[in-house]
Amino acid sequence: MRKKSVLEFTLNGETRAVLCEPQQTLLEVLRDELRLTGTKEGCSNGNCGACNVLLDGVLVNSCLILALEVQGRTLLTVEGLARSDGTLHPLQQAFLDHAALQCGICTPGFLLSAKALLDEHPLPTESQVRFWLAGNLCRCTGYDKIVRAVLDVARTQAAQPPSVSATPV
Amino acid sequence: MPSVPASSSETAAPAWRVVGTRPVRPDGVDKVTGRALYGADLSLPGMLTGRVLRSPLAHARIKKIDTSAARALPGVRAVVTSADLPRAADRIEDLGEGAINLRYLSDNLLAGEKVLYHGHAIAAVAATSASIAEQALALIRVDYEPLAPVMTVTEALKPDAPLLLADLHTDRMGQRDAAPSNVASHLRHERGKLEEGFRKAALIIDRRFRTETVHQGYIEPQAATAQVQADGQVTIWSSTQGIFAVRSQVAEVLGLPVSQIKVVPTEIGGGFGGKISVYLEPLAVLLSRHAGFLPVRLVMSRTEVLTSTGPTSGSDIRIRIGADAEGRLTAMQAELYYEAGAYPGSPVGAAAVVSFAPYACDTMRVDGYDVVVNRPRASAYRAPGGTNVAFAVESVIDELAESLDLDPIEMRLINAVREGDRRPDNLPLSKIGYVECLQALRQSDHYRTPLTGRHRGRGVACGYWGNWGGQSSATAVLNSDGSVGFNVASTDIGGSRASLAMQLAESLGIDYSQVKPRIGDTDSVSYNDVTGGSRTTFATGWAAYELGQKLSAELRQRLALLWEVPVDTVTRQGDGFAAGEKRVGFAEAARLACEDAPLMVSTTVHPKGYGAAFSVQCADVEVDPDTGKVTVLRYTIVQDAGKAVHPSYVEGQMQGGVAQGIGWALNEEYVYNEKGELLNGSLLDYRMPTACDLPMIDTVIVEVPNPGHPYGVRGVGEVNIIPPAGTLANAIHRATGVRLTALPMSPPRVLAALWDKSGYSPFA
Repeated sequence: MRKKSVLEFTLNGETRAVLCEPQQTLLEVLRDELRLTGTKEGCSNGNCGACNVLLDGVLVNSCLILALEVQGRTLLTVEGLARSDGTLHPLQQAFLDHAALQCGICTPGFLLSAKALLDEHPLPTESQVRFWLAGNLCRCTGYDKIVRAVLDVARTQAAQPPSVSATPV
Repeated sequence: MPSVPASSSETAAPAWRVVGTRPVRPDGVDKVTGRALYGADLSLPGMLTGRVLRSPLAHARIKKIDTSAARALPGVRAVVTSADLPRAADRIEDLGEGAINLRYLSDNLLAGEKVLYHGHAIAAVAATSASIAEQALALIRVDYEPLAPVMTVTEALKPDAPLLLADLHTDRMGQRDAAPSNVASHLRHERGKLEEGFRKAALIIDRRFRTETVHQGYIEPQAATAQVQADGQVTIWSSTQGIFAVRSQVAEVLGLPVSQIKVVPTEIGGGFGGKISVYLEPLAVLLSRHAGFLPVRLVMSRTEVLTSTGPTSGSDIRIRIGADAEGRLTAMQAELYYEAGAYPGSPVGAAAVVSFAPYACDTMRVDGYDVVVNRPRASAYRAPGGTNVAFAVESVIDELAESLDLDPIEMRLINAVREGDRRPDNLPLSKIGYVECLQALRQSDHYRTPLTGRHRGRGVACGYWGNWGGQSSATAVLNSDGSVGFNVASTDIGGSRASLAMQLAESLGIDYSQVKPRIGDTDSVSYNDVTGGSRTTFATGWAAYELGQKLSAELRQRLALLWEVPVDTVTRQGDGFAAGEKRVGFAEAARLACEDAPLMVSTTVHPKGYGAAFSVQCADVEVDPDTGKVTVLRYTIVQDAGKAVHPSYVEGQMQGGVAQGIGWALNEEYVYNEKGELLNGSLLDYRMPTACDLPMIDTVIVEVPNPGHPYGVRGVGEVNIIPPAGTLANAIHRATGVRLTALPMSPPRVLAALWDKSGYSPFA
């Protein structure tokens, strides 16, 4: 048994501490130690994007990051997207309204990638959306409705004054 | 089976209240918030982690397996090999999308005398952690006698080819060959006098095609958990397309009565046919039994998924078609050689039916051969077998149309099958919407807009799929607040909770939001076939319709008793019921009716009137002459849905099937070396389409109601994957003048064909 270390970090707005082994990936610690199974494993080598999370606001594959690298940093997973009162993030609502998921296994990763995109480019073009989502594989939808959902959120938010932005964290 | 209500006839297109709308799916919030539990998300107290040892060799005899060192490793709780499997019966089980021989299934789960492909499972381990399980695998010693691998049809058919299965003899439509062979079976469909038909032709095109092995590519790897209790009761949690298919397979290969097995479905992260056969479930049961009845979870890695599950057949195909000067087809001939992988069971039978199904021709012959090779055992993949053969047939039809100076849609309209025409296997077609689809594409904005620009071309192709009905069961429970609990056993793989709840709401005359669907386990819902064959919205939808009718009738009876009036005076009125002066809304009716006794109805259906599906597609492509890369500029799908219950999810099926078809056509393939080792067992190297590789995919839903369903529904899930390869091959030809006859039409292949045409040889 390898020696365990205490990992402390901010997860979805809360300070968390967890024991983990040095070889454990962030994905393993999220899923197996913290039981946050919303972050999915599709390939474990950074090819599919199902495990995407935002680390200090930057989009990363949690399967390619050692958990201990997250020491003292801030993490957002799919479980932190909606408000605590249950109000869905606009991207979550748009995915539902546009039927942008079929089986749903890739959806958490897409939501995080789309959030990273809109944080950086509030009004992206279609090709910008496709570029930012190219690290996320979806085998069900052909991406059409996903791209439309993201473009729809961007246009809706652009039409609103910034104060009503519902983006938490 | 009650008769179909008159209102579904096409003459009076009915205005449904719920069917045809686009509500949010009932499981939607769970799936966008990360709460939905998929196969690998399950966790049980005391749970052990399982891992599987797989063969590094493609073809070898197993001389000895020594597991003693693995068993001795601290933390290892169980090790199993084929010695722990009972000898399975040599019996065929039909699981909906293809029959499975149970002895072969058993040998595929854990190799016995031989390993037959790179990645073939040999042993399984359960341990207290993943890292201990992995260390244990490394301690298992396997002595092999390597054998020459047989990787393709061509190699398998050679007279001196090594035999994969010593007891396999070619079945020729019931006649068994004396000598063993790598050809499992030969089937033939025939009508008319073939050579007479070809003599009537003004033009005959005869071409050979090759398609490579491809994988379904679901994003969720296979995952299964099992716990055996001390009394022998087994519970399995599985990410599967069919909980009853899992139950029957596990029962057969482990020699258990079905009553001893309960299968609980998790959410499923894609399947496309690949999650019908079991791989992990029986191993998890064996491990749990040997590990002191602790639960054991097995989750595949992506490499295991690619080496050891799924794929659909590569194929060698010959197509020969004759047409007269007006474009009428005079004779059609197909020879289909499908690679089954390690054990018999390629989808060549379905391919033989798909082949010429869109074409009305009274002279045709289709020969199909099921050939074993040292690749993973083929399993169903969306319209199994269809894409390969349609790529070949649609390419030849396009060549005929071009040679005869006919528009490709006109060519297909001249020869289009209609209701009553026969498929290649001579079964007549029921009411279909094929001609309507062709006409809708011809009138579409896409087809009417000329394509301009260099290196660009437009292609058209069509596809037929028979669909399936199968058996479905469901239960509805009326709650006293007027809502309805709705239990089904059809795995929801792409929004079927919504399409089923909508049909129950429609039938019962209540709001969609009042129906609460739930996917039950094998002990809570009666027998139900797999989510496959494009059957769920059709057949389980039939069950939903029946539940609505039954509940409504029961409510009227109870109200009649309460109101002391004859039951036939109680009628539906607005959102409730009425009799004379008396009137109640639905929720009040539910409260009154359930006061003394709860109300629950169940039904089991086996509808036979599943209508066939047709899809007609059009693509514009641009071919880069320097790299051979094909870019899809515009894509339109026209498909007959009968009636689109939830149009967004119908469009989603169409777009998703085409995206898979585009990947199959342009890039996806299994790459093996000469030793039979899979070289591209990752999602970086087995490259499926990304968002950057595809355009928006336009959809046109044609609705020619299926008379075999109360709302006119016909299956929509599969047919869309059949035309893309032909559509793109035809587009590439129009763009470059080069006709590609092998899939995938990847940049190196396209470039080689362009160089070949121009006489350029850079390496000369």
